[in-house]
Formats: sequence, structure tokens, C-alpha cells
Amino acid sequence: MKTLKSLAASVVLLTLSIAVAQAATLDTVKQRGHVQCGVNTGLPGFSFPDDRGKWSGLDVDVCRAIAAAVFGDAGNVKFTPLTAKERFTALQSGEIDVLSRNTTWTTTRDTSLGLNFAGVNYYDGQGFMVKKSLGVNSAKDLGGASVCIQAGTTTELNLADYFRSRNMKYTPITYDKAAETVAGFDAGRCDVLTSDQSQLYALRIQLKDPGGAIVLPEVISKEPLGPVVRQGDDQWFNVVKWSLFAMLEAEDMGVDSKNVDDMKANSKNPAVRRLLGLEGIGGKGLGLPNEWAYNIVKMVGNYAEAFDRNVGTGSKLNIARGINALWKDGGLQYAPPFR
Amino acid sequence: MIQSTPRDTFKRVRDMPPPVLTIGVLGWLRTNLFSSAANTVLTLFAVYLLYVAIPPVINWAFIAADWVGTSREDCTGGGACWVFVLARLNQFIYGFYPDAQQWRVNLAFGLLIALFVPLFVRSFPNKTWLGFFLLFGYPIIAFVLFYGGVLGLPLISTDQWGGLMLTLIISAVGMVASLPLGVLLALGRRSEMPIVRAFSVAFIELWRGVPLITVLFMSSVMLPLFLPEGVTFDKLLRALIGITLFESAYMAEVVRGGLQAIPTGQYEAAKALGLNFWKSMLLIILPQALKLVIPGIVNTLIALFKDTTLVIIIGLFDILGAVESAIKDPSWLGYAVEGYVFAAFIFWIFCYGMSRYSQGLERKLSTGHNR
Repeated sequence: MKTLKSLAASVVLLTLSIAVAQAATLDTVKQRGHVQCGVNTGLPGFSFPDDRGKWSGLDVDVCRAIAAAVFGDAGNVKFTPLTAKERFTALQSGEIDVLSRNTTWTTTRDTSLGLNFAGVNYYDGQGFMVKKSLGVNSAKDLGGASVCIQAGTTTELNLADYFRSRNMKYTPITYDKAAETVAGFDAGRCDVLTSDQSQLYALRIQLKDPGGAIVLPEVISKEPLGPVVRQGDDQWFNVVKWSLFAMLEAEDMGVDSKNVDDMKANSKNPAVRRLLGLEGIGGKGLGLPNEWAYNIVKMVGNYAEAFDRNVGTGSKLNIARGINALWKDGGLQYAPPFR
Repeated sequence: MIQSTPRDTFKRVRDMPPPVLTIGVLGWLRTNLFSSAANTVLTLFAVYLLYVAIPPVINWAFIAADWVGTSREDCTGGGACWVFVLARLNQFIYGFYPDAQQWRVNLAFGLLIALFVPLFVRSFPNKTWLGFFLLFGYPIIAFVLFYGGVLGLPLISTDQWGGLMLTLIISAVGMVASLPLGVLLALGRRSEMPIVRAFSVAFIELWRGVPLITVLFMSSVMLPLFLPEGVTFDKLLRALIGITLFESAYMAEVVRGGLQAIPTGQYEAAKALGLNFWKSMLLIILPQALKLVIPGIVNTLIALFKDTTLVIIIGLFDILGAVESAIKDPSWLGYAVEGYVFAAFIFWIFCYGMSRYSQGLERKLSTGHNR
């Protein structure tokens, strides 16, 4: 009888999982025992399942950081792979708690979808890739070039704007899919390949000779990518926002997953002590345990570690920090003070 | 006296052998492949095409292919890198189902085969009960095994289901659920009750009039918006319901074709025997009608099996989704062809199997009318 009851319960659980509507997301998450995180169905470097179904990537690490902050265990997170079309619905309907799926922060999305962007974990932007043999080191020298591009994307429009505003001529060669675009570039159909910078690095490793191509430093559009939450739940918004900030602050303070225990025991730096929950407000305002940030750094690492591991020098993508460096290194990543 | 002259003597002359060029292999070649100048040219051209196409494919797929290893560094032969498929095989078959629990999937499918095979054995007793169990008892067992949460089995949520397992689950549920629904709708469409008829017509035309891809989008993108916040249906279940309703509309039209092919005399004879509607349908009409439309039904089922790949657009990893995800892996870039060939091969096995089964079924149920 008990088996029958639990069978019925699991059927109900499968069909209709009713969360208490409008309840605080943090409470729902705590009660459920895991964070439900919406990610890309497969974008190496950002969210990608390996052959064992284990997800990794920069976006995935944001989810794991939130889980570490809430539960003290970065493993208490489940991933819902979402396509570009489904992602906002899944968040609005409460199917997921946070959307961390290389989503560009724009006015329309922030204001008219009932969503809030909790920060930026990757500053992307449209860039150019050229063959080294072309001898070009700056996009300003690209006048008269033929450009391989994916049809019907905003990249096409950005490209037109960029060249027109500088009175330069170019020949667009359009393709339908990213794979065809890179094949065209590889075959020498065009001098330049343009796409979002993170994409360019991912496409570069598909070239026959990846070392023979370089990504130019110019970025001609703004694509800030970050985690998104539902509007109207400020507590949860804060948790997500500060989980991301904790990773940045840890890098700023020189705290990483290897030295965090040592820092916790020995550091005299008040900023580090506040970050690790030894003094100051701790997790009180967020509704989290005091060592929430310590758990993030310990289990996921600081932003530099996550970046290197997933998209940076420690990965196949080999993306330079560029504008994703910390503010003090000339980049844009900046966390408000922890006090 | 009549003297026989050598001229009159009967002399046995052996038949001349037929000309060499008209018999045996040569004769066959001459009549079939080289019967005219045009045919000769075509034959030579076809041979040339085969010569150009086949050896490189064989060479790529088998001779120069690499089978053993763990990483792309092991693919040195220059041919197909089956190492990639083998390394990812577990994911292609089970999706993200946890390794330690995969015996449950194996057990469920093993049980299915064990229950299915006796149905083919002519002399097996109590086939009807076995069929009933397969239709109504087995799905519960399979659900418990796959989903868990009872009897001490850990709960494996549907987002971890994937690969071939997910493809088979979606198509099996779609097939088993859409056939009876389709039969009901076909009967409804031919009913004399106006409301039933109107409902059936509206249902069929609505679902047949929209592409499956929009049905899946509706189920995964629109439906959640209509439900109160916090109430969510399982994504797989939504897809299953969408596919079932969609396919049942097609099935209904196939079955209706069969119903219309049954001569009026059969309906009248059933009535004359005093059978009521359901009895006449179940005992007289449907057995004949369904037998007639086996090719149409199997056609729809094969289409359904292949349509399951569309679930990729709502973020479910069926076998094709698992392959597409794997070929994006930075450590295995450039082996897309191997992945797609593997997926195509798996689909071919299942579709060809279904096709053979339906032909066998037609022969078994044949009761005349054959020419």
C-alpha cells in the first residue's frame, strides 16, 4: 500500500510539480534541495555536457556558485538545457530558478519580459578573425576586405554600420550556418570572419590550422552576457547577483580555491575576512549562512579560475581576458565592496 | 525386297548446344545489361559510378578507420574515427542517465523483448493475456524502472533521460497511445451523431493542419504561460502528449481509409446478426479494416519514429540530440560525419525492422484476396 502511495506520489510529481506560487524563490529552492538552472543545450566554454553528462562552462559555474552559496554544496544544482526560444518562458513559468545561458542584457529584455539581469559574467562583443598571412593587426586596416558572415544576424547589421561609419568598403559573403561560415573562411573564400568574439575563438579551433588565424582586438558591438532571474523577488535577485560578485571580489582579493582555507585561517586583511564571513554582515542580508562566499570560492573558485578553466588559457578555446579582466587590470569586471 | 540404304537409317543427331552467348552468366549479362548500345553505355557508366563511389566509402568506413582508443589522438588512420562514436556510445544510448542506474534501462528493454518475442511464436499459449499485459501492465513496470522514486530505486528525473532510450520511449508511447486514439477518432468521424462527428473532424483537421514542430513549441513555450506561475508540467510529458495527439490525427485518417474499404454488406451482415455497434465494430469491421491498412499504419509509425528527432528543438536530447551535442565537444571537433552516420544507421535498423515486421504481419493475417 505504501509502495502504491509513493508510486502515485511520483506520478503526481512527474506530471505536476506545484511550487507555492509567488513564494520567495530562495525558500522554494531551499525546500526543494537544489537550484534549477537553465543553461545552453551545448556551447563549449559556457555550458556543455561532457560524455558523462556532467555540465561545465562559465555559465554553469555561475549556477554552481549559487548552489554553493545556498547549500554549501556546489553539486546541489540541476541543469535544464534550453533553446534560445524557450529560455525566457522557462524562467517566467518558474520551471527554472535562474537562467544562465549566454543571454545578452538589453533594454527590451530587462524591461518588458518581467525579468531582471543580475550582472554580467562575460562581456562579449562582435569581433574579427583574420589569417595571420594577411598581415593585418587592426580592424581599421580592413578596407576593401571580403567578409564571411552568417546571414540574418545582428552581426550583419553591426558590420554594415562599422564599415559605413568609417567610409570603408567591404564585400559580404554570407552563409546560413556557423559551420559553413568557418568552412568558407578556411577555404580562403574571404579575408575576414566576423562573429561574437567568444564564438570566434570557438570557431577558430575548427580551422585546419588554428594557429594561423588571429582574432583582432577591436570589438564593434556590446554583448554583455549574464544570469537572469524573475522580476519581483529581490531576495533571490540579491543571492544571484552577489554570488557572481563574490567570485569577482575573490579574484580581486587574491583568494582562490587553493589558498582560501589558508586565507580564512590566517588573513589579517579585513576585506578578505569580510568576504569569507569572519566579520561584517556575513550572509545575514541574503538569508544565507555566513560562509556563503567562502563556499563559492572553495567549491567553484574565483572568477579568474572559472574563466581560465572554461574559456581561457586552461581550455581549448584559449580566449584572452581582454575586457573581462578585472577593473584594476584594465578590464570591465568590477564587484562592489563587501562591507 | 527392300533393302535399307544407309540413307534411310535413322541416325541420332545430338542437339546443338545453345549459343554460348545466350546462356549462363554471359547470356544473363547480354540480355540484361548489354542488350543494346544504349544499355551498354548505361551499364558501363553505372559500373564506373560504383567504382568511383564504393571503394572510397569502404576504405573510409572500414579499412582506414580507427576503432580502438580513447581520444582523438588515436584517430590516425585517415578514415572514419569510430573511436569518437565508441567513446560517446554510453551517452548516445542512455543520455545522462547515471551509470550506476543504467541496469534499470537495460532491464526494462530486456523485459520488453522477453515479453514481445513469445507473441511471434505461433504455438505460445495465452497470447491474448500476454498482449494485454504488454499493453497495460508493462508500461507501469517500465515507468517505475525508468523514473524510480519507489521500491528503493533512486528517482531519476526526466531531464536525465536521453539518447536512444529517450527516442524509444517517445516513439513507443506515441505509437501505443496514438493507435487506439486514432481508431476512436476514425469511428467518430464516420459516426452519425453530429456532435461526435463534428468533434472528430475538428480535432483531426486541427492537428493535421499544424506542423509537429509548432505543436512541440506550443507545448514547451506557450503552455507554461497559460498555467499559473509555479505550476509546471514535466517537459517530456508535454512533448509526449503533443506527439500522441498529433499522430493520432494521422492515424485516424489511415484507419478511416480502411473502414471505407469494407463493403457495406459487411456492416449489414453484422447488423443482421443482431450485433450492437461496438460488437460489430470489434468483431467484424475493425479486424478487416485494420488488416487492410497495415502498410499505412506502419508508414505512419515509421514517420513518427523519425519525427521524434524534432524534440531536439525543445531541448530534449534524443539520440540525434546526443550526437549533435557530442560533435560540438572541443576535444572531438571534426567528427560530425561519423556521428551522423551512426545516428542514421541506428534509425535505419529500427525503421527497417518495423517495415519487415509489418510485412510479416500482413502475410500472417492474409486470408485471400491475394493475386
